Amino acid sequence: MFWTESNRYGRNWDLLREFERMSRLFSDLSTPFDRATEFPAMNLWSDGNEAVITSELPGVDPGKTDISVVGKTLTVKGSRIPEDSGGEGSYHRQERWNGSFTRTIELPFQIDQNRVAARFSKGILEVRLPRAEADKPRKITITTN
Amino acid sequence: MSDTAKELQKKEASTPEGIERTRPHKVYTPAADIVERQDDIIVTADMPGVDENTVDITLEKNVLTISGTVAPLSPGSHRLVFAEYGVGDYHRAFTITEEVDRDRIHASVKNGVLRLVLPKAAEAKSRKIEVRSAA
Repeated sequence: MFWTESNRYGRNWDLLREFERMSRLFSDLSTPFDRATEFPAMNLWSDGNEAVITSELPGVDPGKTDISVVGKTLTVKGSRIPEDSGGEGSYHRQERWNGSFTRTIELPFQIDQNRVAARFSKGILEVRLPRAEADKPRKITITTN
Repeated sequence: MSDTAKELQKKEASTPEGIERTRPHKVYTPAADIVERQDDIIVTADMPGVDENTVDITLEKNVLTISGTVAPLSPGSHRLVFAEYGVGDYHRAFTITEEVDRDRIHASVKNGVLRLVLPKAAEAKSRKIEVRSAA
């Protein structure tokens, strides 16, 4: 082994590095991350008046993806067809998924069906779900006599 | 769910101990299909969030490296309240045994899927020896 700075300070050096690694691990936990239990995995964004759902669906045909909204629930249906390699050829590896999927999620508020907007770009689906006007909290003014 | 099992979680790429990447994002290994045909090898990789300007492909000696950068998405003033997947860059490297014709490599990105066509070099094709079953 070579005589290096890190060897001279031996244990302390490694300890410092270990702390660095640990602090990085903890900082990763600061995002509200949860493991997906259903396919496709979805991220939920909100600003109080609107929820935005994003999902990674690479290779899915946006024209054949079905998005429907009823009351509080959003349903996304779609499929991915395996790419045609011309019949011949042998697989070295096959890791990408194929087939159809359906996922339904329920939001904590009524969705304004007329203003729902969906966008698909670079393999990422983004659905904007505005909260229905009737569902929004009404401000009550206090009168004094 | 369909008949085929789907990987629910993206796989994070491993980094050597003590070495950090310059960009502080997470790095994932894109799921890939590799099909070898008579004249070429086709590599397909799922890289959502990547387009033709942010994907980088290098072939050095026989190591094919695919990397892609993804700009963290934030829809307006919205806050991320619940996350089931992480967003980050992509990195993956393969060793290719066949001799590849570098000048004719074709790469395209569509809907977040990278498709690479690596044509086999002419000399590699001719070197192939056909094995026949003995009568």
